[in-house]
Amino acid sequence: MVPLLLGITLISFVVIRLAPGEPVEAMTAMSPKITAETRQRLREFYGLDKPLHVQYATWLKQVATLDFGRSFAPDNRPVTDKIKERIPVTISLNLIALILEFGLAIPIGIFAATHRDTLYDKGITIFVFLGFAVPTFWLALLLMYFFGVKLGWLPISGLHSLGSETLSPMAWFVDLAKHLILPVSVATFGSLAGLSRYMRSNMLEVIRQDYITTARAKGLTERAVVYRHALRNALLPVITFLGFSLPGLIGGSVIFETIFAIPGMGQLFYQGVMGRDYPLVMGILVIGAFLTLVGNLLADLGYALADPRIRHGRG
Amino acid sequence: MGFRESWFHAVFWKRFRGNRLAVAGGCVVLLLFAVSLLAPYITPWDPHAIDAYHVLLPPSTDHWFGTDELGRDVFTRVVYGARISLKVGFVSVGIAVAIGVVLGLVSGFYGGIVDTVIMRFVDIMLCFPTFFLILAVIAFLEPSIWYIMAIIGLTGWMGVARLVRAEVLSLRERDFILAARALGASDARIIFRHILPNALSPVLVSATLGVAGAILTESALSFLGIGVQPPTPSWGNILTSGKDYIEFGWWLSLFPGLAILVTVLAYNLLGEGIRDALDPRLNR
Repeated sequence: MVPLLLGITLISFVVIRLAPGEPVEAMTAMSPKITAETRQRLREFYGLDKPLHVQYATWLKQVATLDFGRSFAPDNRPVTDKIKERIPVTISLNLIALILEFGLAIPIGIFAATHRDTLYDKGITIFVFLGFAVPTFWLALLLMYFFGVKLGWLPISGLHSLGSETLSPMAWFVDLAKHLILPVSVATFGSLAGLSRYMRSNMLEVIRQDYITTARAKGLTERAVVYRHALRNALLPVITFLGFSLPGLIGGSVIFETIFAIPGMGQLFYQGVMGRDYPLVMGILVIGAFLTLVGNLLADLGYALADPRIRHGRG
Repeated sequence: MGFRESWFHAVFWKRFRGNRLAVAGGCVVLLLFAVSLLAPYITPWDPHAIDAYHVLLPPSTDHWFGTDELGRDVFTRVVYGARISLKVGFVSVGIAVAIGVVLGLVSGFYGGIVDTVIMRFVDIMLCFPTFFLILAVIAFLEPSIWYIMAIIGLTGWMGVARLVRAEVLSLRERDFILAARALGASDARIIFRHILPNALSPVLVSATLGVAGAILTESALSFLGIGVQPPTPSWGNILTSGKDYIEFGWWLSLFPGLAILVTVLAYNLLGEGIRDALDPRLNR
């Protein structure tokens, strides 16, 4: 865990610092009045004149106390604060998408597996391949065009309408929900394909095993065989899948948050990247990787809890 | 080699041919190669020719996919965009495979501390949301297609490294390696002559699927404005104008997106087809 964390910070640091172009240059490029001396003073102020390993050590000490420095953006606020107010948006959006994804993909996968080689299964396979191949940002564009521009049913940007503060709580919630439909659908669709395919192959694997034949031979109904005997074992690897899909989810938020103008971590990251806001970019990189690490750990724990072979120390 | 060749013809090719979807994918991939090579002969228009009198025209017999906000022919730009996609797909996957194969071979063959260090590095790299990492680096570089290809490659080798390592671990203890060692073969010879060829098939599958992934990543980057820069046409940056002019021209969004969809689909089908044909457990 600790070496992984150190590695994460080291890579975040190296990746940003090895890139050509310097933060001070980027900060001052727009203001011609700034002299070379001012630049030098800025460099000293931010500690950029020191050797790289010293800079890394200083930064690491800060990071250990969850302090990522101040943003280079004009507001000059602490990076931690900026990230803190964005994280809930991204996490709740992804959580809703994740719940929808699991709620849809698991039944789809089971259904495809139990109806193997029927028309349904083939239809689902085609859907899965399409799902893998559709660029999410393009899907977002098409949905925006149809439901936003053409039909005018749904808002296409932000989380709230103008003046939503004056609405009653109920109307406010409906307004928020309407804003969420498109981004959440896009986020869900993007990951639906992978999971349903995974679920299908797990289920097929389990159904082939001897204990399922035994269950059938005992004269149990197909329902009982599938849902009571097979499903539990087929669901186990899905826990690991959850851990693996986290970086993709967090990374994917850059795209749909930018398209739908949602004030989450992805959008913040994009803005930071475009404005060459070094402390912000490094902060989000570290936090994004850290969240992934925690997610993987939770997935491992969840797996251990769910699998009796591991739970009872026999695996 | 004789055995491998006969196996290839007898088993692999027969199985692959039986998979209609995979063959279709393969045909589309070949078609894309042809389109990229022959782009100037396929379309009469110039992808950069601005025409202020024919701005945002809907699809017609002259302009199959309509024209964009500068009056350029969208069909032509999509055709030339295929070149960028192919280039990005192959170069970045080439980089990823090269790094992944070397690190996987070294890690699996030598084991011990070398293996630990390399696999830890893989774990760390896998923690980063790849798209974040790519964005972070690209934003600080001059926009250039070479950087994009390099960075997609540098952030995409981990899967290959793990695959190759696993293959090496299972091959390392086999009798034919022992025999080679007994005959006095050097490490390099054992690795490249005896282990690598046997570990290549999963790499081939992973590379084919990787091309699809790289094309998607490039288009997303170009769409966000930090990938291939206009006026060079790429499917992603045509979609950027699609977004800006979404109320005036659906064709600007529809066609480049379809091009990405079809291409990625084709590579995925091809990759899965190769996997199924190589997998000895799937004797159909």
